[in-house]
Amino acid sequence: MTRGTRIDGIAAGRLEAEQYTQNFGDLYTPLDRHEAQVASDRCYFCYDAPCVTACPTTIDIPLFIRQIATDTPEAAAKTIFNQNILGGMCARVCPTEQLCEEACVREAAEGKPVQIGLLQRYATDTLMGRDTHPFTRAATTGKTVAVVGAGPAGLSAAHRLAMHGHDVTLYDARPKPGGLNEYGIAAYKTPEDFAQAEVDWLMKIGGITFKHDQKLGAEIALDSLADQHDAVFLAIGLSGVNALGAQGDTLENVTDAVRFIDALRQSDKSAVPVGRNVVVIGGGMTAVDAAVQSRLLGAENVSMVYRRDQSRMSASTKEQDHAAHEGVRLIFNAQPVAVHGSGAAQQVEFEYTVDGPGGLTGTGETFQLPADQVLVAIGQTLGAVSVDLDGRKIAVTGAGRTSRDGVWAGGDCAAGGDDLTVTAVAEGRDAAEDIHAYLSA
Amino acid sequence: MADLSINFAGIKSPNPFWLASAPPTDKEYNVRRAFEAGWGGVVWKTLGLDPSVVNVNGPRYGAIYGADRRLLGLNNIELITDRPLETNLQEIKSVKRDYPDRAVVVSLMVPCEEWAWKQILPLVEETGADGVELNFGCPHGMSERGMGAAVGQVPEYIEMVTRWVKQNTRMPCIVKLTPNITDVRLPAEAAHRGGADAVSLINTINSITSVNLDLFAPEPTIDGKGAHGGYCGPAVKPIALNMVAEIGRNPETANLPISGIGGITTWRDAAEFIALGAGSVQVCTAAMTYGFKIVDEMISGLSQWMDEKGHESIDAITGRAIPNCSDWKHLNLNYVAKAKIDQDLCISCGRCFAACEDTSHQAISMSEDRTFEVIDEECVACNLCVNVCPIEDCITMEEMAAGTTDPRTGKVVEEEFADWTTHPNNPAAVAAE
Repeated sequence: MTRGTRIDGIAAGRLEAEQYTQNFGDLYTPLDRHEAQVASDRCYFCYDAPCVTACPTTIDIPLFIRQIATDTPEAAAKTIFNQNILGGMCARVCPTEQLCEEACVREAAEGKPVQIGLLQRYATDTLMGRDTHPFTRAATTGKTVAVVGAGPAGLSAAHRLAMHGHDVTLYDARPKPGGLNEYGIAAYKTPEDFAQAEVDWLMKIGGITFKHDQKLGAEIALDSLADQHDAVFLAIGLSGVNALGAQGDTLENVTDAVRFIDALRQSDKSAVPVGRNVVVIGGGMTAVDAAVQSRLLGAENVSMVYRRDQSRMSASTKEQDHAAHEGVRLIFNAQPVAVHGSGAAQQVEFEYTVDGPGGLTGTGETFQLPADQVLVAIGQTLGAVSVDLDGRKIAVTGAGRTSRDGVWAGGDCAAGGDDLTVTAVAEGRDAAEDIHAYLSA
Repeated sequence: MADLSINFAGIKSPNPFWLASAPPTDKEYNVRRAFEAGWGGVVWKTLGLDPSVVNVNGPRYGAIYGADRRLLGLNNIELITDRPLETNLQEIKSVKRDYPDRAVVVSLMVPCEEWAWKQILPLVEETGADGVELNFGCPHGMSERGMGAAVGQVPEYIEMVTRWVKQNTRMPCIVKLTPNITDVRLPAEAAHRGGADAVSLINTINSITSVNLDLFAPEPTIDGKGAHGGYCGPAVKPIALNMVAEIGRNPETANLPISGIGGITTWRDAAEFIALGAGSVQVCTAAMTYGFKIVDEMISGLSQWMDEKGHESIDAITGRAIPNCSDWKHLNLNYVAKAKIDQDLCISCGRCFAACEDTSHQAISMSEDRTFEVIDEECVACNLCVNVCPIEDCITMEEMAAGTTDPRTGKVVEEEFADWTTHPNNPAAVAAE
């Protein structure tokens, strides 16, 4: 513990330089060849394997693990990339403990699944380290597709469409491609600028033109995109955030966690200001990423407060354990009542809750947490878009077809599916195949 | 406490675990350490006449691995001892003097001429060694010079040399057999006729462990070339067990003591060789893989099992499985079993299903929720599902009681024994008495 952690208020540079390097390095040590051989030996090569069923992109996991076991990790990577071109990022950020590894029969047998995520990373890192691209583009079709949003869904669709020979223009509202991979997830999950390296590698397929700082509804419009291209794929994610809606939520240093992570990802970590006492409100992955990174920046006390009970949290047990391990205090069944302070936040007042059959109700009992900084992570919302919605997201049928002919949507902006990187990749891929069939008809 | 001591063909040893003639027994330093570790005996690495042989100066071993690089099979192209005869003899004498209770057997390989045996046997006898083992088994190198397996593959030579040895020494004589033959009973019979006090088997099996795909050359590769070697280790155990049993079952050699060799790694392996007629066992690859300390587990495991089962001595268990080693034609065709899957133990990997569906009798069903069940109407009890299941005892073979109906054949399971010799489909069937 350095003295910097005890400076009151919000401050940057609480830690020594080497502590930042250590804190924001790789969360999980990659497997070396020997470790990968040992880990791959544990796969039973199940029939109709449950891990494949559990994977949103349906990667043939037993096959790629067998390819690692026979010392052909490049072939293993090809098996992965065939289904999931962002297999490198997914190996880092997938909640495998809720997907493939939860379904692994060795989880049932011994409570220790095959290390599918780490093996996938071993294979994909090996091939990507070759600095060659494993796919070749088909002869150009002369068709053009606009892909709006260069996050996981958009990148996945763009690659697949380009591979089929279509010319893709990839638009993004931000300066850099990558979407949440670049701006939205914890730095320690994708160190050494992996998100950009992956995009560069993906772009080697050819036929994709990236246009940055092009926001739908501002610099570009759906009508004109639809006029200029043979098809449009919307992968615009959720650009808005839910407001706290509690008294005092406009006080200084009450910010949304998405913006906090965004700034952190794009900055030298020692330049990122963080409170001595940080309160994160929410129970999802974004809340965990914000809370943990606050601790890693040198916040002395970080609490993550979720209004329902622990079993309802969308952050996985592994994520919760990680947060607890990093010294984040997890508080359940408490909802924010007000943020107190004069000018800037000083305390957050919470009321305990009971989650009953009639919904969530307050018990009347309250408590206060000191807070120099309040990070709100209670969900994100879709920006304005001129297609039919299903609830708060874009309505889709089949492989991402929207209400408008020639316009598809996928990823977090589209209804259905979990808001996961891997789900977005699957939806982008499937929409691309559907667009390809549509354009080939 | 069970008595593990043995008297094998007149050679006494505090336990049946001997180190086989091989690199672990090539010199005094190793053998003393082996005895300190608890080994009951050694067969000293094969002596020959001077000038001593030379070994290659590149790799001598190749390996086959199981999961996690567990060594399953080892291949070698090493020859007999490459040290001067006199050095070995002095060391043998020194060790035997200090370990009078341990078995020290000396392996020998000299040309197929009587003068050579007459020359070396008195020298060995003078060391105080307990016996000799004739190396008629080495399949590489020495066999190119008319020794080792080149002798072991010709029963007449075995008989001749064994007779010379028995005529020229008072020491017990063990004849070590090569498995690189078609019927191991013939060389064993030849050894018996020649007066051998015992046989030991198996020596290593001709093998190429792998091919270097960059060099297109067999491994281990010496300057771009490879030669076949001798294969040993856990992978050869089933072959060795069968050969030991063949000799034990053969009336001609039924009472010939056998020293069992071939992939013995644990007490259980040793007990299996003993059950098939071995009066002592010899170990090499396991020691070369894990070191001398493994004998602790062999001794404790064998003792525990013997105590639990009430077996008082090695003699009491030697050959106990021989009466149950039968021929296929005498197996009971009225014994009917069905596979049974314990759903509580099943982890739903589906390997039984893949194996049965793709390669056997389509006798396992798979439901939407991955419940795997045996279809008794199709199950022939082949045991493949048991063998491929990763969970011990999850799938078992359950015998059908006499009087019940086998849903596959529609026939009532009969209590009476009936084998192929009396089966109506057998053109050579004889009517049951």
